[in-house]
Amino acid sequence: MSAGRFVGQSVQRVEDPRLLTGHGRYVDDVTVPGMLHCAFVRSDVARGSIVRVDASAARALEGVVAVLTADDLNGHAGSMQPTILLTMAGAPLRPIAGGDVRFVGEPVALVVAESRYVAEDAAELVDVEIDPDRAVVDVERALDDDAPLVHPELDSNVGAEMAFPIAPELQALLDGPDAAHVVRRSFRQHRHTPVPMETRGIVAQYAAASGELRVWMSTQNPHEAKHAIARVTGVPAHLVRVRGHDVGGGFGQKFFTPREELTVALAARRLGRALKWIEDRRENLIASNHARTDIGHCTFALDEGGRLLGSYFDHIEDSGSFPIGATGGAGALVGMLFTGPYRCPLASMRTRSVWTNTCGRGAYRGPWMFETVAREQMVDAVAREIGVDPLEWRRRNVVATSDLPYTLPTGMPLEHVSPAETLEQAVGIIGYDAFRVEQVRAWRDEGRLLGIGIGLYVEPSTGMMDPMGTETAVVRVDPSGRVTVALGTGSHGQGIETTMAQVVAEELGIELDDVTIVQGDSAVTAYGRGTGGSGTAVIAGNSCRLACAEVRAKAVDIAAHLMEAAPEDLEIAGGQIAVRGTPARAVSWPEVARVAHLETARLPAGMAVGLEATATFKAPPFSWSNACHVCTVEVDRATGVVRILRYVVSEDCGVMINPMIVEGQVAGGVVQGIGGTLYEHFVYDDDGNPLTTTFMDYLLPTAAEVPVIEYGHVETPSATPGGHKGMGEGGAIGSPPAVFNAVADALALAGASIDHTPLGPDTILTALNRRSPRNPSPRDLA
Amino acid sequence: MPQIEMTVNGERRRATVEARLTLADFLRDECALTGTHLGCEHGVCGACTVLLDGDAVRSCLVFAVQAAGAHVTTIEGIGGEDGSLSAVQEAFRAEHGLQCGFCTPGFIVSVTAFLRDNPHPSDTEIREALSGNLCRCTGYQGIIRAVQRAAQS
Repeated sequence: MSAGRFVGQSVQRVEDPRLLTGHGRYVDDVTVPGMLHCAFVRSDVARGSIVRVDASAARALEGVVAVLTADDLNGHAGSMQPTILLTMAGAPLRPIAGGDVRFVGEPVALVVAESRYVAEDAAELVDVEIDPDRAVVDVERALDDDAPLVHPELDSNVGAEMAFPIAPELQALLDGPDAAHVVRRSFRQHRHTPVPMETRGIVAQYAAASGELRVWMSTQNPHEAKHAIARVTGVPAHLVRVRGHDVGGGFGQKFFTPREELTVALAARRLGRALKWIEDRRENLIASNHARTDIGHCTFALDEGGRLLGSYFDHIEDSGSFPIGATGGAGALVGMLFTGPYRCPLASMRTRSVWTNTCGRGAYRGPWMFETVAREQMVDAVAREIGVDPLEWRRRNVVATSDLPYTLPTGMPLEHVSPAETLEQAVGIIGYDAFRVEQVRAWRDEGRLLGIGIGLYVEPSTGMMDPMGTETAVVRVDPSGRVTVALGTGSHGQGIETTMAQVVAEELGIELDDVTIVQGDSAVTAYGRGTGGSGTAVIAGNSCRLACAEVRAKAVDIAAHLMEAAPEDLEIAGGQIAVRGTPARAVSWPEVARVAHLETARLPAGMAVGLEATATFKAPPFSWSNACHVCTVEVDRATGVVRILRYVVSEDCGVMINPMIVEGQVAGGVVQGIGGTLYEHFVYDDDGNPLTTTFMDYLLPTAAEVPVIEYGHVETPSATPGGHKGMGEGGAIGSPPAVFNAVADALALAGASIDHTPLGPDTILTALNRRSPRNPSPRDLA
Repeated sequence: MPQIEMTVNGERRRATVEARLTLADFLRDECALTGTHLGCEHGVCGACTVLLDGDAVRSCLVFAVQAAGAHVTTIEGIGGEDGSLSAVQEAFRAEHGLQCGFCTPGFIVSVTAFLRDNPHPSDTEIREALSGNLCRCTGYQGIIRAVQRAAQS
């Protein structure tokens, strides 16, 4: 598909000038008259009974307006579950801990004061006494029969469980007699967390006279926030307005509306005041949602040639105590996607979401990505076990174009994908075979541990559940001919004001500068799905396309009437509507707009005044994108430090709207995945005390560590009108197993193996020290 | 409470402040210069970086009273008064060196000081210079390219 005037072009971002000059407007930049400041008092015990919350000293401090506890707020709160999950069972969410605490960081009181400084002073004066009890910190221990219940109201620590039956043919494969090889491995992914650079925050202003609740919030999803806040506060939804303005990253953490925002909105309603709460970094690390804590037990049954015949996957995800969403996880999707881009006739799975006395789990860029982590790490383990190169194993098993449409063994239909092509493109760019030669030489001659790893996956974007697949665009042409587009999205770094303007300018044949995208405001946009789940290009993009088609058709009818030409003889190009082949016979876009609004007597008889359209696009359940990540690493045998040498991503997201932005999304995801695999680790001790509560302990990757990322593109259009596919999460899905596999590949030279992350120096050195003494040393090979 | 006076982006500012007020909060709340962002408030992320008498400092770790008498430049003072972008800002835009934009003011200020002191840095020097600022969106790819580009311009 050839690039358009704007679609397919790496145009510079509309957002950048304001953000580069300090003129963005983030939630902490919002000030309203009479605004008070909030600070939470939080539990420093993971599990225990609240003996006393004495706020008398805090209330006596000058400048303190209120100290609110569970008794003041919880009885007034409606359901805190996200709209999409209202009917699902989940953790018993609550604004403020009452009676007991269930993780370190759980709010036990909310201080409201005239300044942030005073609010924090007062928070320290609140006297909280908690009688500690044995905490459930380890997710496998939580499954023990004698484990204490994280939620005493529930009868189990298993929040959700889903299992597919095992067909007799599959059982025979897994048990051995019908397969040449049966390989079993378990993998553990450690706890980490999204860490947007802007923490969460809210300004909530209740206007008693009008009954309105005006909210400014760092959110990916203003309409969901509006409805969640309406439910929790009891303010009717049409009187709640949520504005996002600029949002400093989210990565899933700001998709649903978290506990603290709901609590502050409720407090604003109860007090009848304007309240601001800006999360601090310690709060963000210990009490915003965590992610990625998974265990997978994998079994592959294969034939003599290593072809996959059957698979079983047993998955446990740690939901923490109060996850965002029913369990905070994606267990069912993890299990259903486990066989991914490989042919596999028979498969089954079980997945369990388990409560622990830790911070709740929530969405983080590809919430289901453990399917790719477990599978891709399993593929390399299997290949090593049966003596086949991991690339060769993938070539034998990958779904080829000729296999499409291919139905996954769990029933999901795979089409318009190119996993085999991205695999070949990626290994071609990195020079896989030459690296294998160099790897052997470096080990033999110098004793250096080099490794190469692949992460291959298909990514299900767009939405399977209402309203995740639907967006509405309102395209308005004003009397000057300029265009304003309203979208229900909540851009938080994706550049939606740019990419959607590209789509609209393309469709209407006008300039990019003539289009403004308005979004992130529940009052001036139609109800929409927000920004998340890699959905904007397909869903919002096509809602824009549909609305533009209506506007264009009306504009052509007006122009045809003005020129006394037939509509079918006209074309739109270069800001005007002209008779095809006779560009001199044309009406400019501003003239059409002026007639539509201001010279309505010149409109065709019976035509409605104005030039605007509202259109809703509902996406098909899946718009699969796919990618292959390949990287090379060196493992320092003395220090255990992993250095990434090269990093290649071959991506197929269909038709790209803005390749620069696509590559930016890939890069951001890849580096989050690298950070998550090598550096980032949220640590609890055995009693559930968090140990990584600052950026000195929770280590994010910096510019000094990251590799230069090299990109390849394959373009297989989706079946939706623009041919786009969602890709915002993929970078963070493919990178963890690619890095893990490269490190495992390097360690295998020394006879060492790994089965868990993070791959910090301690893990690497432990693995090297544990290796079998019979493994060859460089001297033996020489 | 102490009275202080300083020059911020060329304008003289006077205020009576609590001794514990950070320079970052002074700039954001007293001066309404909200381009200086707070990402960690413990001196690691670099989002709050400003120039204090020309040196790039973390304004979350400096008290406003410590900046009394100083010349402070914030992100709002880096570009032209007409809204035009500096060479560093232009390079960040051209190379997609920002996404959500929250860390961006700190990077722009840090890089502006870095390239003033080292106009022709090596790639290693660029990466070391950037390592005191955290970005979560870009994977640093566009940021590193932007510094290379700005150094060549």
